[in-house]
Amino acid sequence: MANRVEIALKCSVRDARGRRVKREIEQFLHLPVAEVQTIDVYTVDGSLSREELERAAAGPLSDPVIQDRTMDRPIALTRKEGELSFDWGVEVGFRPGVTDNVGRTAREAMEYLTGREFKPGEAVYTAVQYLIKSSPSHELTRADLERITTGLLCNPLIQRYTILSAGEFSGQGGFPPVVPKVAETVGATDRSPVQEINLEVSDDELLRISRDGVLALTLEEMKIIQAHYRKTEVRAERSKVGLGDSPTDVELECLAQTWSEHCKHKIFSGTVQYEDELGNRREIKSLFKSFIQRTTKDVRAKLGERDFCLSVFKDNAGVIRFNDHWSLVFKVETHNSPSALDPYGGALTGIVGVNRDPFGTGMGARLIFNTDVFCFADPFYAKPLPSRLLHPRRIYEGVVEGVEHGGNKSGIPTVNGSLVFDDRFGGKPLVFCGTAGIMPARINGQPSHEKSILPGDLIVMTGGKIGKDGIHGATFSSQELDENSPVTAVQIGDPITQKRMFDFLIRARDKGLYRFITDNGAGGLSSSIGEMCGEVGGCRMDLALAPLKYPGLKPWEILISEAQERMSLAVPPEQMVEFLAMAKRFGVEATVLGEFNDSGIFHMLYEDETVAWLPVSFMHEGLPPLQIPAKWTPPRQAEVEVEVKDDYTGDLVQLLGALNICSKESVVRRYDHEVQGGSVVKPFTGVANDGPSDGAVVRPLLDSFEGVVTAHGICPRYSDIDTYHMTANAVDEALRNYVAVGGALELVAGLDNFCWCDPVLSEKTPDGPYKMAQLVRSNQALYDVCLAYNLPLVSGKDSMKNDFYDEKLKISIPPTLLFSVIGKIEDARSAVTMDVKRSGDLVYLLGPTSAELGGSEYFALKGGVGNGVPVVDTAAAYLRYQAYGRALLAGAVASCHDLSDGGLAVAAAESAFAGGYGMALELAKVVWKGDPAGKNDATLLFSESASRLLVTVSPEKRDAFELFMADTGLALIGRVTDRSELAITGMGGSVVVFAGLADLKEAWQATLREL
Amino acid sequence: MAKTRALVITGNGTNCETEAAHACRLGGFDEVVIAHICEILSGEIVLDDFHFLNLTGGFLDGDDLGSAKAQANRLQYAVVAGTGEKVVEQFIRFMSDGKLILGVCNGFQLMVKMGMLPGMDGEYLNQTVTLTHNDCGRFQDRWCWLKVDPASPSIYTKGLQGLYLPVRHGEGKFVCDSPATAERIRVEKLAALTYATSDYAASTMEFPLNPNGSQDAIAGLCDPTGRIMGLMPHPEAFVHYTQHPRWTRESLPEKGEGLTLFRNAAEYARKNLC
Repeated sequence: MANRVEIALKCSVRDARGRRVKREIEQFLHLPVAEVQTIDVYTVDGSLSREELERAAAGPLSDPVIQDRTMDRPIALTRKEGELSFDWGVEVGFRPGVTDNVGRTAREAMEYLTGREFKPGEAVYTAVQYLIKSSPSHELTRADLERITTGLLCNPLIQRYTILSAGEFSGQGGFPPVVPKVAETVGATDRSPVQEINLEVSDDELLRISRDGVLALTLEEMKIIQAHYRKTEVRAERSKVGLGDSPTDVELECLAQTWSEHCKHKIFSGTVQYEDELGNRREIKSLFKSFIQRTTKDVRAKLGERDFCLSVFKDNAGVIRFNDHWSLVFKVETHNSPSALDPYGGALTGIVGVNRDPFGTGMGARLIFNTDVFCFADPFYAKPLPSRLLHPRRIYEGVVEGVEHGGNKSGIPTVNGSLVFDDRFGGKPLVFCGTAGIMPARINGQPSHEKSILPGDLIVMTGGKIGKDGIHGATFSSQELDENSPVTAVQIGDPITQKRMFDFLIRARDKGLYRFITDNGAGGLSSSIGEMCGEVGGCRMDLALAPLKYPGLKPWEILISEAQERMSLAVPPEQMVEFLAMAKRFGVEATVLGEFNDSGIFHMLYEDETVAWLPVSFMHEGLPPLQIPAKWTPPRQAEVEVEVKDDYTGDLVQLLGALNICSKESVVRRYDHEVQGGSVVKPFTGVANDGPSDGAVVRPLLDSFEGVVTAHGICPRYSDIDTYHMTANAVDEALRNYVAVGGALELVAGLDNFCWCDPVLSEKTPDGPYKMAQLVRSNQALYDVCLAYNLPLVSGKDSMKNDFYDEKLKISIPPTLLFSVIGKIEDARSAVTMDVKRSGDLVYLLGPTSAELGGSEYFALKGGVGNGVPVVDTAAAYLRYQAYGRALLAGAVASCHDLSDGGLAVAAAESAFAGGYGMALELAKVVWKGDPAGKNDATLLFSESASRLLVTVSPEKRDAFELFMADTGLALIGRVTDRSELAITGMGGSVVVFAGLADLKEAWQATLREL
Repeated sequence: MAKTRALVITGNGTNCETEAAHACRLGGFDEVVIAHICEILSGEIVLDDFHFLNLTGGFLDGDDLGSAKAQANRLQYAVVAGTGEKVVEQFIRFMSDGKLILGVCNGFQLMVKMGMLPGMDGEYLNQTVTLTHNDCGRFQDRWCWLKVDPASPSIYTKGLQGLYLPVRHGEGKFVCDSPATAERIRVEKLAALTYATSDYAASTMEFPLNPNGSQDAIAGLCDPTGRIMGLMPHPEAFVHYTQHPRWTRESLPEKGEGLTLFRNAAEYARKNLC
């Protein structure tokens, strides 16, 4: 019988969690509440004596200074009169099988305490009890409690809850113990664990098999599989291993994972028939090969001996040179679909998942920083939402917290990121998580970015155990979200299990205990072992050997589960004993599952019986390219009239408070950006540590001043006009942020992360050809701009089904490219920040301004989009960036801030209030490019023309700076002043913006301060 | 002359071991070892071989049962393989040998939850204070001004008046079990560091200067011998000027202020423990 331990804060201690819930109920559900108190509940389902349980409750489970505890009786009923009163109680715990990290730690603590291990099936489960008191103004009803519970406290997808009125609570003596143990499948033992699936059926039936099984295979793909199983030679070989003529469920599931959009990138490798606006047609065989790979190939050829790429596209992350002794690794991933369903768990899994990419690249890299970019709908959204969509505020809160826990607990500083808002992200939020690592250039004498597998090497899985979590994650994310999206697709990450594994593996790496390492991500073992199989030529693995979280998993579930915190390795037989012994000492699960060979077959067994027998060539090359039509018709947006007026101060104040521009400090301070001790340029800078940095600089090696620089660009709003320019601007924004802080142009690489709405023509997507044309144009821009900027692409990812669909409504996200860069600053002590430094310094605007307000924040403020999207002049920009880099190295730059959302006015305001000095600027001095008819004060203030930097220079450095920057579109537009005001004089000579720095900063900080 | 030896313990969620070891080296320790906790449990590394023990920042066991709770429990019950000796006994012997322990952030949380601090009356396994959730309800990464009590027995803060260091925690609010404990901390001047105004003149309860609402603004606490100390801010995160958030606009000395704690420890070890 299970025991309940309840832990509550003493009455004298402030319940910060309870207060936060109260505040959220009031702000978010608009229900007044007098008080919320919270209680931690541990349900112990194990063989502990009463005395041991008491010691556990008094010891590891509670803090005697601030907490009280009870066993098997509700703590609420032990409180004295007046100490606690409540009208409702809610208890929220996990559903069976959902990762319960706290429960696991509690179990371990009890094992130390008793000196005995828990028996199989025994466990500790956690729950949180909320005791809620109505305010005098509103008596809470049961319906209110349902709303509070399902709207805020509990995600019914992964959690269960019970609501009791105070009367029910005291009547039945509080909440009963609940043991959410995974029940074994009924009849599982007497039924064969493997089913054969007959594909000799009608087309409709083939489609039903795919749909009902969440296989996400098209009819064409199902027929390719059908044809494979009809082959005589295939049938003959299968009969030798005891398999019939139909595929087993293990095989079909494995093919579905391997061929999923998520794993196979069918859209990027498909054949596109592209037609432009003039009717010119061309066929593009694989966007990936034609644009992305070609970009890198051509840039590397251009760089010649200066090429710094070491490993591109073939591993989990890209690898570039840092110096003679060290290599850098970087990967950015998305975790959109899971974050839409369970924002906290989805985002947490996103960050700890991308950590495994650099860790599983080459021989394995030590992780040095994380980056995060989130795209959400307005958190203050006040209109009704379609069923199954969570409120943007809840997604915001959950994602921010998930990434906070994942990043902070892993000990990796989060150094760079942004939040982007557009209500179309209500259909699917975008959660980009990036991680960089560093590894010695050579490990045990071999280049660390290379690895191989030899026949005879053992298949080893390390880290977490396998459960039903994350089953069908890869195929599910390859579909649009709808109201029937599967529950099991959600996982909850556990940073500590992963940290323990990394602590062990990095030591095993240095001892040369393994030959190959890769991550278990989407598709689980089917994908990791499948890919490793491709390296060596075959494998034989017994799924029954895999460690399980609970019994009852079928072989196909074991193969495709996306349970977290697992790496797959190839270990030479002679190292096996030492590898396993070391894993045991470090408390890390490590299991031999089989061995690699060169048989050409992906051979799976379950308790010695063959359950899957797939030719490696069929798995990896059996799929013909998708045929996708694309037709570009340039959209025509309604033009927005630029209002001519005497004073734009109000517009500037409003822009500073706009979601896409305002300070994100309330989020950023929740992320540890300094752990590991190498922080040089932090996310916030300036006299009060609150100005927004353009890029980040870190020193990964504490005894060296060589720095790593990272930055990013993202501007989905421009996609409403043309994805070519959206992409060009994103790449330019990333590079100019990078250059602004001092990143070197000689050593910088890019990562492309595409998040698109489904671009494949179908009944649900009649505008597929337009969306596909948008993708083609985006790729074209990526090639053009990266080639001009000498930016090789080293890694990236695409997520192509970012749509929400129910019977009535389809929401497609705006096509979005996140472009991230990583590179080097030779001496981190030469880095520059964006805050103005002293009064009297000269203010320069680098780069010309044009009438380019299309898709701008200014037009968004005015309720429109317009058409004049910023066009990047790469040749001029590159010369400007080179010249600026030389000026920076010569010490001629005091501050530099990039111009992006909101243009010159916003950049000037930010630099001024960050530095604590005013600025006096003259718009008449700005260099103009293009038709003079478009030149006016509003455009000069708010145009988002690309490739511009706002720089301040000490008067002594004036000549040097101007010499460096000659002929690059330079304008001296004003001075830093000792008055705490921003004053901008218009073309006509009168002041058009005038505001105190404190007011501007307040407008910028207020919007998200309380979130 | 014998070498001064510092040990940094890592494992199970400790994150700051690299920069803590770096700070020990810069501070003047002749040898610095980073040991995984499993190397202590296996007996490969023995505390007795060191003079200075660093319990540094991180999220031990994910702080799942409250910060550092699970590790406090582990150290209390776990036995060093092949010896029959509990790990906690090594800690007690280390302290009674007059050696040095510095706990930072998660390490400070571990020390108070094991009962090592404030260590009054020689009681090193009796919890009387704690560190709990910040009043603001959120993790905070921000730099704080810390006032040093020059009369404190801490050997680490000798010669300092004020310190500017980052805090990075969600559970840093210092709380005493009783007014009597708080009073003794005051009388014995064990609160070596308090959150202060930017001129270091006065301790403060005002957010964000005091980022967590700590009782009596306590940021760092030592035992009456001054050899055992814990603090929430991170001294190892400011050993070079480029780590300062405003180094691009202020002229700062080459070495960061946090290094002083490690220098003082090295100097003490050389004079008294070698």
